[in-house]
Amino acid sequence: MSRIRSDYEKTFGYRFRHFVEGDLPEKNEELTIEELYARCPKEEEEHVLTTADLPKDPFLHHDEEGQADFAAIKEQDPAEDARRFAEITGIRWFKKVYQFSAMILCICIITMLIITVTHMPIHGSSDTPTSNEVMDRYLEKGLKETGSPNLVTGMILQYRAFDTFGETNVLFISTCVVMLLLMAPKKEGHKEEKEDKKKIPEEKFEPEGDIILGTVARIAVPMILLFGLYILLNGHLSPGGGFSGGAIMGAGLILHCVAFGFSKTARFFNEHVYEVVKVGSLCLYAMIITYYLFTGANGIASVVPLGTVGNIISSGLILPINILVGLEVACTMYAFYAFFRKGGF
Amino acid sequence: MEFIRNFPFFSILLPMVFGPISSCLSGKTAKKISFTILCIDCILSGAVLAYEQQTGGSFTYRMGNFPAPFGNEIRIGVLEAFMALFFCAVMLFSLFGGISHVAMDVPEEKTNLYFIMINLLLSSLLALIYTNDLFTAYVFVEINTISACGLIMIRGWGRNILAAVKYMIMSLLGSGLLLISISILYGITGHLLMENLHESVVQIMAEQTYVEPLTVAIGLFCVGIAIKSALFPFHSWLPDAYSYSTCSSSAILSGLVSKGYIFLLIKFFYRVIGTDIIHQSHVDNILFIFGIAGMIIGSISAIQQTDAGRMIAFSSVAQIGYIYMGFGLSTEAGMIASVFHILAHAASKSMLFVSATGLSEVSGGNTFYRALTGAGYRHPFAGIAFSVGSFSMVGIPLLAGFTSKVYFAEAAFTASRSKMIVTLIALAISTVLNAMYFLRQVITIYTPARGLPKPEGYHMAKSMCAALVLFIVINVLLGMCSHPIFLWIRDGLANFS
Repeated sequence: MSRIRSDYEKTFGYRFRHFVEGDLPEKNEELTIEELYARCPKEEEEHVLTTADLPKDPFLHHDEEGQADFAAIKEQDPAEDARRFAEITGIRWFKKVYQFSAMILCICIITMLIITVTHMPIHGSSDTPTSNEVMDRYLEKGLKETGSPNLVTGMILQYRAFDTFGETNVLFISTCVVMLLLMAPKKEGHKEEKEDKKKIPEEKFEPEGDIILGTVARIAVPMILLFGLYILLNGHLSPGGGFSGGAIMGAGLILHCVAFGFSKTARFFNEHVYEVVKVGSLCLYAMIITYYLFTGANGIASVVPLGTVGNIISSGLILPINILVGLEVACTMYAFYAFFRKGGF
Repeated sequence: MEFIRNFPFFSILLPMVFGPISSCLSGKTAKKISFTILCIDCILSGAVLAYEQQTGGSFTYRMGNFPAPFGNEIRIGVLEAFMALFFCAVMLFSLFGGISHVAMDVPEEKTNLYFIMINLLLSSLLALIYTNDLFTAYVFVEINTISACGLIMIRGWGRNILAAVKYMIMSLLGSGLLLISISILYGITGHLLMENLHESVVQIMAEQTYVEPLTVAIGLFCVGIAIKSALFPFHSWLPDAYSYSTCSSSAILSGLVSKGYIFLLIKFFYRVIGTDIIHQSHVDNILFIFGIAGMIIGSISAIQQTDAGRMIAFSSVAQIGYIYMGFGLSTEAGMIASVFHILAHAASKSMLFVSATGLSEVSGGNTFYRALTGAGYRHPFAGIAFSVGSFSMVGIPLLAGFTSKVYFAEAAFTASRSKMIVTLIALAISTVLNAMYFLRQVITIYTPARGLPKPEGYHMAKSMCAALVLFIVINVLLGMCSHPIFLWIRDGLANFS
């Protein structure tokens, strides 16, 4: 015997049927497109958030403004007040519990990692698992096989050339993503005049006519660039290489830009030069690496001689790759600065 | 050495060479180059697969002048070749299906950047499939992460950028854990090449010298990959990232990016650590629990959504749960079922994202589920494709999802008794939950709404229709001709160890 229920709308069965049918219009109902869309939630308009939009939490803002807000809330009707109070208290508790558990989790992970480290082989002793035949070969035959006295460079650019090529691509793609995010849209025609009023003048980005900075930079910039170039070109002979030399040169370019203004730097390093150097160096690098990997894999003898060990022009493909990597890194460094500065060159 | 052995190397290097070149070309040329590269990569991978079929076994390819433990190398077996072919094909169809939307959503001066991301993503996915060296894998994981981040935020809306920030934070956390794990492994074994690592790991277990660091390394690697592929408790970045990006991006992200990481984890289990040691370390039990939880909770979250895109995104959480559940069964059959589910999910979910975009196009750009009423009549191709994708995910026979569910159920009987019961119950519950939200949407899009005409002047994009038809074909093929694929997966996994 089933009971006739008067509150069918409240039953699980009704709600389930309603859910599956998706609150559809009644069978005979004719809907126009406007009516249907009127039932849909509106897409919120995109708007830029300002600090005024942020809700004020009276428990976090102990200043007068926060107290005033709290008083204003209290003046509203009591039910609303209680609900709001519960909400704020709940959020406060949630934040506390959240922070506390995050702290506990971090401590646990740190403890675990420290315990792990104590069980690891002692770093630097001669009988660790890392001093095996791989390391021996690098140390014994590295100089002969790569022609580079700097074994680290020889290792990353000859033995593990593919990894290093991937790493350079990481740099390239990270500039692309920063460009995606920060590149200011190019303005055209009459729009430009309107935009110009809002635009911050170029000089605002850099300190104007700073004597100390200018004087120091006049001496330091050439030296930094020269030192970067030295590290770049000597990468196969002494500590250094493409990545470190490029980073130094990029820093030199940024210092030049900060001290003398963007327009001065743009005389020799503008967008056009940047594009050519960045894309050109990576493409050349890709071609060299394709040649190297292909000949190596197929056992074809490479036509590039290793040269005399110790000469600046020696060690085969390492020198050109170092130069190209260095250019790529310098461009990446400077491009990051330029994009964060005002979204382009 | 036969020339065909160079093909995997070409398929990795080709997008890496042309990616940078596209950055100084116009958007249209970059698009053409990307499509050409994708087609060439499909052909190359297909040729490698045919070659592997003939010769059997696997071969390694030396990258450079120096042999493996000293230099880099990649390894090509039948499973790798098949995965590469499948990934290239799904990527090609996803990009082709959403190409009209890329033109709409991406500002014109940034179009070439979009195709740089696509190119580098393709090369990193292929490298992750082929790699035989953990550090090479890490380098390409980085490229994969950054290019996926670019794909998410290319639209430039506030929500996209927020989603990209979430993705970046979670994904970098995963990369960090991965790197710590690789360093620990290097510290205790002195190797990065997978074969040598495996030998050393077996030796460590025999001598019981560095067991604690080894266990921590296995755990960190699993957690890192789990974060990056959105296993249940780490899925908070997923819905925003998938539902707000342009439709090609979400199809590629859901279908391929997370799958590339999972494939790396399979390689880690089989080739680096060995399944026995994984079983001894009980990592599989943890993955099993979280996989089951993901299956249920992902589906429940999907039911709560009112937005079609977010619903499909949350469904991904559930499907990733299936894959990890298969790992957790810790039997060969479970692993085969998981690999098959990777294929089934990639084929269906990419199709669902593309077709959902087609449906919302004819509904005034609205993605609210009720707004899609009758959209199946207004865009017949997208309607059919959406239904096929939904049926496949629910598990209607003859489609890909059904076959993978059958494999999971069969695999459950090879596992221990308690795992078998839990798996079968979870499969049943999850299937019912899947049916609830997918069929609701299918019913909605096929409910006649007479007052709703097509938007004036609207033409279905031919590229989207073609891509959807191809996706349907893949789904039916996976569902009906699953046996050869099953054999490839089985042989490939047997080759791994």
